[in-house]
Amino acid sequence: MDTIDYYQIMSIGVYGSAIGLILIGLYAVLMKKHLTKIVIGLSIIDAGINLLFIAIGYISNGTAPIYSSQGIDLVKTGTPMVDPVPQALVLTAIVIGFGVTAVALSLVIRLYRHHNTARIDQIKSLKW
Amino acid sequence: MLFYTIVLIILAIILLGVAIYAVVQKDLLYAVIATGVISLILSVFFFILQAPDVALTEAAIGIALTTIIFIITIRNTSRMEDEMPLDHEPNSESDNQVETK
Amino acid sequence: MKKLLIILLLAVVGYFLTVSMSNIKFGANRMGDLSQPKTVGAFYLSKTPGELSVANVITAIVVNYRGFDTLGEVSVLFLAATGLGSILYKKKKKGEHIPTVNKPSSALLQAGSKLIFPAILVLGAYVFIHGHLTPGGGFQGGAIIATGFLLMMMSYKDFTMNHSVITWVESLAGITFASIGLIGLIVDHSFLENFLPIGYINDLISGGIIPLIYVAVGFKVAAELSGVLDTLLSIKEK
Repeated sequence: MDTIDYYQIMSIGVYGSAIGLILIGLYAVLMKKHLTKIVIGLSIIDAGINLLFIAIGYISNGTAPIYSSQGIDLVKTGTPMVDPVPQALVLTAIVIGFGVTAVALSLVIRLYRHHNTARIDQIKSLKW
Repeated sequence: MLFYTIVLIILAIILLGVAIYAVVQKDLLYAVIATGVISLILSVFFFILQAPDVALTEAAIGIALTTIIFIITIRNTSRMEDEMPLDHEPNSESDNQVETK
Repeated sequence: MKKLLIILLLAVVGYFLTVSMSNIKFGANRMGDLSQPKTVGAFYLSKTPGELSVANVITAIVVNYRGFDTLGEVSVLFLAATGLGSILYKKKKKGEHIPTVNKPSSALLQAGSKLIFPAILVLGAYVFIHGHLTPGGGFQGGAIIATGFLLMMMSYKDFTMNHSVITWVESLAGITFASIGLIGLIVDHSFLENFLPIGYINDLISGGIIPLIYVAVGFKVAAELSGVLDTLLSIKEK
């Protein structure tokens, strides 16, 4: 039986869903009129980019970058560890993304209070 | 490896389907819950890709906190995406003006 | 017309993303040999057990190698919480209490959340105390603790967060972080330099200043996220 390249299939799945999430989020940001929907699109783009970063840092047959008590020797031989730098970056990016989403949503609430609508095509006046 | 590959392909299909649902759904409450499901599936993805720290962060922040602040926003604004235009003027009395005292 | 233009734009973006990602092979080892590290990831992986004796490499990067970034990150979170409060500011009458939920929850939910709440706090504390040994850390633990407070705020109508306590916890945690960094600057001529003994790997007390900083970050993140949720939940309805 010939060996199936599982990583090829996994790469289609992971890269495909990451690029798909970015495109779907971009579509929502550009096409939708409701402000909450636009923020949902932004958070979908955020999720896609995080997935792309983690997928770039992955290494075949790798383990999580956490040493066990015997793990000191793994530096020389044994299974490789995945790249820790993208993971640390994404850890930061998720927390910052929450802050960005919170501030954006508070602006949505503020706009709704003033204009009584949250649709950008119904907001007529520029002044608030 | 075979197991992970099958799980990942199935989850990728569900992920894209849920993302499209979150964008096209007119009722924003359903759309927000769908974004929570996106975060949940991404958390499993991060675990499969050997990033348990990121998976834990996504589970705590992406699923619980982001969803709840979206729901609070919907409580304070409108729930349906294509709401009817309101016929009265925007009022500045109800806006939160800082009173000078 | 607009829709056509946007679909064209999406096609262009998708095409270039696909082309550029097809050049980056999934699962290829781009870090190189760990014994002679050439990339920054390999450097962190090979140096962490010897220099810091921290089991979790990501914690070592976040708190020690890129510790200054983490200080900036908690500052950004603080700014987000402050900006949220000032955007949504509405003058309250004196002694006015705005309930977080309009209707009281059912007795089952109230009893259950009272039972679960201490367990969530203990889980969050475990996650950030053991951040240098197991997956987890200050950000995750803080978010879990904020989830516990959220549960209480949702189920009890008159559960209030004491704002002065939140402010004090947040300020003290931030001061602890910055002052540990400054002690490192004075003792070892570099900001956030490790000045404590590093101990043995996989011990609870190991890694020098890393557990201390992550506990401070945990308290700070928990206070900030709880403050954000409290601000959003107690918006005065029109």
